[in-house]
Amino acid sequence: MTHHEHHHGPAAESAGGIEPASGPEPGAAREQAGAAEPGSGPEQGAVPEPALAEAAKPAPAPASAARPKLAVWKFASCDGCQLSLLNCEDELLSIAGAVHIAYFPEATRAVVEGPYDLSLVEGSITTPEDMRRIHEIRAQSGTLVTIGACATAGGIQALRNWADVDEFRSIVYAHPEYLSTLDTSTPIASHVDVDYELRGCPVDKRQLIEVLAAYLNGRKPRIPTYSVCVECKRKGNICVPVANGTPCLGPVTQAGCGALCPTYGRGCYGCFGPQDTTNTASLTTQLVELGMADADIVRVYRTFNAGAPEFEAAGNAVEAGGAR
Amino acid sequence: MTHTLKDGGQVLNVGMLARVEGEGGMHIEIKDRKVVDVQLNIFEPPRFYEGFLRGRHYTEPPDITARICGICPVAYQSASTEAMEVICGVQTTDAIQTMRRLLYCGEWIESHALHIFMLHAPDFLGYDSVLEMAETHGDVVQMALRLKKCGNDLMDTVGGRAIHPVNVRVGGFYRMPALADLMALRPELERGLEDALAAVQLVSTFDFPDMEQDYTYVSLRHPDYYPLERGAEVVASSGVRFPVAEMPLHVEEFHVAHSNALHARFDGEPFFVGPLARYTLNFDQLSPRCQEAALSAGLTETCRNPFKSIIVRTVELAYAFEEALRIIDGWTDGHAPSVPTWPRAGEGVGASEAPRGTIWHRYRVNEAGIIEDAQIVPPTSQNQSSIEMDLRTAAEQWVDLDDHALTHRCEAAIRNYDPCISCATHFLDLRVKRS
Ligand code: SF4
Ligand code: SF4
Repeated sequence: MTHHEHHHGPAAESAGGIEPASGPEPGAAREQAGAAEPGSGPEQGAVPEPALAEAAKPAPAPASAARPKLAVWKFASCDGCQLSLLNCEDELLSIAGAVHIAYFPEATRAVVEGPYDLSLVEGSITTPEDMRRIHEIRAQSGTLVTIGACATAGGIQALRNWADVDEFRSIVYAHPEYLSTLDTSTPIASHVDVDYELRGCPVDKRQLIEVLAAYLNGRKPRIPTYSVCVECKRKGNICVPVANGTPCLGPVTQAGCGALCPTYGRGCYGCFGPQDTTNTASLTTQLVELGMADADIVRVYRTFNAGAPEFEAAGNAVEAGGAR
Repeated sequence: MTHTLKDGGQVLNVGMLARVEGEGGMHIEIKDRKVVDVQLNIFEPPRFYEGFLRGRHYTEPPDITARICGICPVAYQSASTEAMEVICGVQTTDAIQTMRRLLYCGEWIESHALHIFMLHAPDFLGYDSVLEMAETHGDVVQMALRLKKCGNDLMDTVGGRAIHPVNVRVGGFYRMPALADLMALRPELERGLEDALAAVQLVSTFDFPDMEQDYTYVSLRHPDYYPLERGAEVVASSGVRFPVAEMPLHVEEFHVAHSNALHARFDGEPFFVGPLARYTLNFDQLSPRCQEAALSAGLTETCRNPFKSIIVRTVELAYAFEEALRIIDGWTDGHAPSVPTWPRAGEGVGASEAPRGTIWHRYRVNEAGIIEDAQIVPPTSQNQSSIEMDLRTAAEQWVDLDDHALTHRCEAAIRNYDPCISCATHFLDLRVKRS
């Protein structure tokens, strides 16, 4: 199941894995294992119900018959994506029955030594020390899954990539020299091979359970790669840009939240990041038609997934040449 | 995890303090059974929110600052919306304020239930985690998960999502929740209130170390309510009181070498924000039922034992359930979700009571609505000096314990604060050095 040459050991052999659509290239784990097609997926980009039961039942016994060891790691982040795991109140005890929670500092003092079968990684790389630590984690992990916008796109803290970090340091801190921090915030896949990336700020807990269930059953996660628009249509939402002239990133944003924002009458602000094929140029034109100034359009692309290549390019293009 | 230094001193080293939000360490140096140095090291990498908020639009902080913390996003949303409304010169309606309070009740329930049962109770019961606790205290853990879920459901219904709610805007909400959806939560909230009141008695049976600290308590205060989504003024146990807008005149932030989070002083002194401060300064504003629950659990109207914060937090948990039910019972459909706002040049402060304590934001905005300056002061930052003070007292008081036991006590002393280190930098490696 593993395609990483650099980590052998018991972890790699003992458990089922998530098979990406194709082998991941180092530094480019945008596989997103596109399995579901528009119209064929479950409602709201959600997980088919059986997945929960599937997660709850013990893994198809790995050779060792031991539960796979799960580790949860944190880099620069808000803890929201790991909290999504603790927020699975109805499923938490089943999850703890299906996997051995071996390292999860937010939840337990107990530390079981690696290697780990499955690592969930939250947060982005923003310090020299973290650049080093992620390699150690990769070496100790059978399957490595990044959770959330920080880990898959650099998060909101990637806004530093457009700014002078020395200035940021001095705005916030009286003694910038006490800090050791990088000029950039980068996704995990920029540093090590990643087996699967789960989008969202935060991740959707139903999708998180689907990823765990898929891992335990040695299959691909069924996560939709179509846009938020599809979720709106399924829900019967009125299209907010068409009906109300509200700017909306839904057409270029990957489904997963259940089209939350339009359901609440506001435009999508892109917290699930770009869908697999986006037409940001067309969306930019539409945002102009809705009356947005260039500076506003740039800011819209630069939020929680500012560092995702598609959003990064779209924002940069408007900044460089104007949207008109 | 103990090693002896060349000079004969000792270092205890815990790789990372567990069951807190974020990452940090602590360093305690003991010479001749005297504590000579205590440092809380927050090494969570800085994320520079105050830097990149400059140049953003005044409508953006509720969504952006929510991402400082996944555990208390509503605290950030409430303080930032209030600051912006001060700047815009708009008054929201009572209905909007009430709905903000209901959303905040959801956050208190979710966050307090998480901390009380999943992060803090294992210390008193001698477990490493709630998952281990589940083997012997299955019914308590089931109850805890139910309570926490009530909070999340409330946040989902009012805010659209439990983590980083999408329904909050400067001026109010995008959409008011429907009474029918709120009523659907009622049965579980009623059960939650009963469970929380029972939990107050349960946690009061824990074994509490004797430790009383002479803190300067600071909290919001409101004439009509226990402080939550806002207060009318700031009050301190020193007797000082002033409007929220004057917070920057009393709280001074400063940077020390051993922490990525700024420290703070209140009128030049270390101070304490959080449940113990809120409770002690606002006991009279608790509901009669919660006052009674607190007193029958052995608390008095003031509480200065930081380990008993778990009881106070549970009283507040019950209070949040009661408030949620009260608000839902008084709710009617048909209120406007927001008031219109326009940018105006100016400066404003907004404050609210995060589960961990007072949080305040100050912004300066120009006439085009662009943010020129932002200051965000979360509770854990303000509490760092108090945490260090408790660590010093704990290390002095229990200096004769073996390293393992002392380490555990000190960790627990930090967890009393439910510190949110993600917030404070926008955690903990324990080192005790003995010689
Ligand atoms: S992706 Fe969003 S929710 Fe997840 S850790 Fe980052 S900021 Fe928090
Ligand atoms: S911003 Fe878009 S992707 Fe995020 S919750 Fe809203 S609708 Fe969903």
